[in-house]
Amino acid sequence: MARVEPVVEALAIHKSFGDLEVLKGVNLTVAPQELVFIIGPSGSGKSTLLRCCNLLEEPSSGVVKITGEDITAAGVDINQVRQRIGMVFQSFNLYPHMSALGNVSLALRKVKKQPRAQAEAKAQEALERVGLAHKADAYPTELSGGQQQRVAIARAIAMEPDVMLFDEPTSALDPELVGSVLEVMRELRKSGMTMVVVSHEMRFARDAADRVLFMDAGMVVEEGPPDEVFGAPKHERTKAFLASVNGH
Amino acid sequence: MDVFLDEFFNAEVMLKYLPEIIDGFWVTLWLAFLVVVSGLTFGLGLALLRAYQNPVVNAAIILFVDLFRALPPLVIIIVGFFGLPFVGIRLSGFLISWLSLTCVLAAFTEEIYWAGITSVNKGQWEAARSTGLGFGGTLFFVVIPQAIRMTIPPLTNRTIAITKNTALASVVAVPEMLTVAQTSLAYAANTSPLTLAAAGYLLIFFPLTMLSRWIETRFAWKR
Ligand SMILES: Nc1ncnc2c1ncn2[C@@H]1O[C@H](COP(=O)(O)OP(=O)(O)O)[C@@H](O)[C@H]1O
Ligand SMILES: [Mg+2]
Repeated sequence: MARVEPVVEALAIHKSFGDLEVLKGVNLTVAPQELVFIIGPSGSGKSTLLRCCNLLEEPSSGVVKITGEDITAAGVDINQVRQRIGMVFQSFNLYPHMSALGNVSLALRKVKKQPRAQAEAKAQEALERVGLAHKADAYPTELSGGQQQRVAIARAIAMEPDVMLFDEPTSALDPELVGSVLEVMRELRKSGMTMVVVSHEMRFARDAADRVLFMDAGMVVEEGPPDEVFGAPKHERTKAFLASVNGH
Repeated sequence: MDVFLDEFFNAEVMLKYLPEIIDGFWVTLWLAFLVVVSGLTFGLGLALLRAYQNPVVNAAIILFVDLFRALPPLVIIIVGFFGLPFVGIRLSGFLISWLSLTCVLAAFTEEIYWAGITSVNKGQWEAARSTGLGFGGTLFFVVIPQAIRMTIPPLTNRTIAITKNTALASVVAVPEMLTVAQTSLAYAANTSPLTLAAAGYLLIFFPLTMLSRWIETRFAWKR
C-alpha cells in the first residue's frame, strides 16, 4: 500500500507548564479527509495537544508536521503555516467590533492580501456554507451562540485550510443550539475536510468519526474506530470515562 | 447688585476688550487642538510600543509615564521655558506649552490605552493568530480597536481635564485667552474681561464634553 502523506503528524509531543507535565509523549497522525475524534476527562491535555498542532503552544519536545513540513523546525514562518490550519474555539472568539462578514474576511484581506471585494465575496461564500449568508452584516452580540460558532467556522474555512481543529466547539452552547453546529461540521466532513475534533458529543463521534482517541493524564490510552472504542473499550480507564459520560 | 453687574458684566469694558479676547480665544483653541491630537497620538504610540514587551523600551516608557504623571503641568512648563535655555534649547512659550501638555496627556492616556490592551481577552489574540495574522496585525486590527472602544470614557475625561491646562501657558507669556483676559483686567480695573474669557472656555470645552458623550454612545457595544 502506498504511503499517503498525513496532513497532521505530531510525534512524541511533550509539553510542560513549569513542573506540570501535561503531555507525556503523545502521537497524533491524521490522514487526508480523516476525522479524528479526541475524548478524555477534563485536564487530560486535549486542548494542549490541539494547540501544539498550530503552535499556539510550543511543544517542550517532539515534532509537528503539517502535510510533511516540519513546523517545529527553526526558521519556519509560523504565520504562513497557520493559514493552512483552521481552528475553532469553545468560546467562539469572534471579533466583537466587526460584523460577521468582517470577521470572516479579515484574514483574507490582511494575511492573504486579497482586495476587499474579492475577500468579501469569498467570506460571503463561507457564510453561505454555514447557513448564515443572511447574517453577514450582523455583529456577534446580535447572534445566538450557535450562529456565532458557525461564523467562527466560516472564518476558518474561508482560508481554505488543509485541516480544521475543533476544541469543544459545542460545549459553550445551549443544548438546542448544538445541532446546528454539528450539522455544519457534518457538511464539512462530507466535503472532504480533514478534521480533528475534541468534544463530548459521543453521538456525533459514532456517526462521523473515522477514529477515536481516548486521552488521560497526558497520554493516549486507547485509540481505534468508534465502534471499538465505544462498543468494546479495552482499558479500564476508557470504560470508567465512558461510564461516567453516559451516566450523565 | 449693581456693583456686581458693573464688576463682571460691564458692557463698555467688554466691548472694548472683545477683539483681544477673541484673538486669545483662537490661540487657546489652536493650542488645545494641537495638544489633543498630538497627545492622544503620542500616547497610543507609546502603548503600542509597550505591547512589544522589549524590557529596555518598556522601562523607558514607564519612567516617562510616571514622571509626567507625577509632575504638575505648571512645573513642567516653567522648567521647560526657563530651564531648557541653559542647555542651549530656546523654544517659544507656545511651543513649550504644547510640548509639555502633549507629554502629560500622552503619559496619562498611554496608561489608559495600555489598560485597554491588556483587558482584551486572550482568546481574541489566539483566534487572530490562528488565522495567520501576525503579532502586529493582531494588535492593530483586532486588539487596539477593542481597547480604544473600551477606554473611550476615561480617555475623553482625561483629555478634557488636561487640555484645560492650556490656561497655564499664560505663565510663559503665550497670548492665549487667560493671558489676554488678565492684562485687560489690569488695564480696565474691572473683572468683565474675565467673564468673556469664561464664556470663551465654555465655548471650547462645552462642545468637547458633548462630543465625548456622543462618541461614548456611538461606540458603545453592539454597533
Ligand atoms: N497555559 C497554561 N499554563 C499552565 N497550565 C496549563 C496551561 N494550559 C493548560 N494547563 C494545564 O494543563 C492541563 C491540561 O489542560 P488542557 O489541555 O486544557 O486539558 P483538557 O483540554 O483536556 O481539559 C490542565 O491541568 C491545565 O490546568
Ligand atoms: Mg480543553
